[in-house]
Amino acid sequence: MNFSLSESQLLIQKTVRDFAQNELAPIAADLDKEARFPHEIIKQMAELDLFALPYSEEYGGTGDGCLPYVVAVEEISRACASTGITYAAHCSIGTDPIYLFGTEKQKQKWVGPCARGEMLAAFGLTEPNAGSDAGGTKTTAVLKNSEWLINGSKCFITNATHAGVIVISAVTEPGQGTKGISSFIVPRDTAGFSVSEPYDKLGLKASDTAELYFDDMRLPEDNLLGKRGEGFKQLLKVLDGGRISIGALALGIAQASFDAALAYARERRQFGQPISKFQAIQFKLADMATSIEMARMAVYRAAWLKDQGRATTRESSMAKLYASETAVKAALEAIQIFGGYGYMKEYPVERYLRDAKLMEIGEGTSEIQRLVIARQLGC
Amino acid sequence: MKSIVCIKYVPDTSEAEVKVNPDGKTVDDSRFSFDINDADNYAVEESVLIKEDKGGEVDVLSIGPKQSEVMIRMAMAKGCDRAVRVEDDRIADHDPLMVAKVLAGAIKDKEFDLILTGCWADDYGHMSTGVALAEYLGVNHASMVKKVEVLDGKVRAHRELEGGLMEVVELELPAVLTIQTGINEPRYAPIRGIRQAQKKELNVVSLDDLGIDPAEVGSEASQVVLENLYIPEVESAAEFIEGEPDEKADKLASILVKGGLV
Ligand SMILES: Cc1cc2nc3c(=O)[nH]c(=O)nc-3n(C[C@H](O)[C@H](O)[C@H](O)COP(=O)(O)OP(=O)(O)OC[C@H]3O[C@@H](n4cnc5c(N)ncnc54)[C@H](O)[C@@H]3O)c2cc1C
Ligand SMILES: Cc1cc2nc3c(=O)[nH]c(=O)nc-3n(C[C@H](O)[C@H](O)[C@H](O)COP(=O)(O)OP(=O)(O)OC[C@H]3O[C@@H](n4cnc5c(N)ncnc54)[C@H](O)[C@@H]3O)c2cc1C
Repeated sequence: MNFSLSESQLLIQKTVRDFAQNELAPIAADLDKEARFPHEIIKQMAELDLFALPYSEEYGGTGDGCLPYVVAVEEISRACASTGITYAAHCSIGTDPIYLFGTEKQKQKWVGPCARGEMLAAFGLTEPNAGSDAGGTKTTAVLKNSEWLINGSKCFITNATHAGVIVISAVTEPGQGTKGISSFIVPRDTAGFSVSEPYDKLGLKASDTAELYFDDMRLPEDNLLGKRGEGFKQLLKVLDGGRISIGALALGIAQASFDAALAYARERRQFGQPISKFQAIQFKLADMATSIEMARMAVYRAAWLKDQGRATTRESSMAKLYASETAVKAALEAIQIFGGYGYMKEYPVERYLRDAKLMEIGEGTSEIQRLVIARQLGC
Repeated sequence: MKSIVCIKYVPDTSEAEVKVNPDGKTVDDSRFSFDINDADNYAVEESVLIKEDKGGEVDVLSIGPKQSEVMIRMAMAKGCDRAVRVEDDRIADHDPLMVAKVLAGAIKDKEFDLILTGCWADDYGHMSTGVALAEYLGVNHASMVKKVEVLDGKVRAHRELEGGLMEVVELELPAVLTIQTGINEPRYAPIRGIRQAQKKELNVVSLDDLGIDPAEVGSEASQVVLENLYIPEVESAAEFIEGEPDEKADKLASILVKGGLV
């Protein structure tokens, strides 16, 4: 058993932490306030090869794997969760499906540019009537004259506006339930494809979330991703990885909440002493620190398992569930420790709460995570 | 250009509380996180910028513990080529002259044009290691350097003086420059650089390996005896100025005038 990061992983952590704290944290509040997508930060992240971390060298990656990537997502999200979800969605659910299930040609064409950060990727699964029940997809794809004709729409899609490539799910065999779903690679400039105005959200305001529309959208036959009818199986596997990255994102927000709360508690004086001397405040901080440490163990371990090529369905769900609930609790407690100041936009903790809440919803709600875990337990 | 950059692993004392151990001569560093000395981070960047501009190589040299290898690898991830780490508990490490003597011993058989050090270390803050190193090697030096121009066989160094004044000096190479913070913008190591750094050479050596007589750099040789470390008592003598804003302003002004502060 080895609980320490390797030397190169420590260096990656330090590089990303320094970058995130120096370049991103100072502008995070403004990005949130202006709901401004951080193009310049994304470009710098690409220059640091952050998008390349999870992928092998033959497809333009650095070959570092999931654990260092997860550490990077945590550090970026600690500074700005909007940038964190942009990053996590790009890699874990945008690029990963192609990396995992693409043909050699598809991988060469798309994974390289995504790993180098030349384009962003997105994943379009959720539909107005198919959220938790992702098998209820209504979007259809019909093969005619070696072309797929696709109709339907997707909602709540991260990176929708800025993505150069989007992986979507659609029904190719109606009436066959989840066995009738297939995945497709949709290049940004495909005719018949359009994107809505961005949503006005509670949090993660600097991230790009919008709807996708497919109106008689035509795709070449070989834009089918992997095998026909295997789309649902693929997305379960993709979400196994995606949930680890949401866990990391949540961990970053939780850590940021704790950092802010501890610093504030040491400085703020009431009744002639720092409020950190009151046991009621100390216990909150002790609980926060403990849950964060537990969440980190769970998230890192799930990532490590993935790097070992082992199944992570159960561990991914546990890590995501625990880390996201930890983030929401930590952000709430941070606001409590800040008192009235915590309720004000002038301080970052209210943003942490707004951002944290999505962690309990995206890539499977907490209820769905518990369902997945229970199923894994044999219920 | 062949450059050598000397870097030190120092504790970050801004976060954890500083406590002196019962021996009165060492600090409890168990709660500190360590990293590269701030000025040395700029020295690393400057050495890599010079290499990128003029070609050549950069060697890293550091005296410090095993844990400091993370710092050394980071310098290599940013573009330095190879490194030597000196580890030996017989060095009188509280005395910058002894440290400089060891650095000089590690450098003397190497070919070099330029040596960059930080202008001061954040922990002991002697501001003398780089200068002493130049003396031991018998080469030119300039301290507190805020800008470097490499010329043919020479280097032009812009030195930061008091009051925002700059002094420009030209030195024949080889030379030692002690680098001031703010001279450049240190880069973040790209992930690919971090991977390459894992394959770069890092040699760990002792005084014996360097052919340095421990008696010449140990506490017997040092003219400096570390007597005692202590944390100064905080004295607070604050005077609260009471009254209406106008009165307060008058009182404050008269205090400043009396104290010769304005
Ligand atoms: C900011 C943001 C970004 C997103 N990014 C993406 C993206 O990039 N790609 C993508 O495809 N999707 C994305 N989503 C969609 C997200 O994954 C879904 O919102 C989520 O899966 C929940 O689906 P729903 O909103 O339809 O809720 P519903 O499924 O309608 O759920 C409503 C409530 O019912 C509960 N519930 C549902 N089924 C059960 C059950 N069987 N047992 C118990 N409780 C149940 C849920 O837990 C929830 O509390 C994003 C969402 C947001 C808000
Ligand atoms: C954790 C730790 C453990 C150490 N252990 C040992 C040990 O076991 N044996 C030992 O002999 N010394 C050791 N040292 C080194 C020693 O304490 C200092 O190098 C010495 O006191 C120099 O004085 P100064 O730091 O005030 O430097 P200053 O005179 O302020 O130095 C300025 C510049 O000199 C250069 N410099 C200073 N120190 C070093 C260094 N160590 N390596 C490379 N360049 C340097 C840097 O460029 C620095 O910016 C250790 C240092 C640390 C941080």
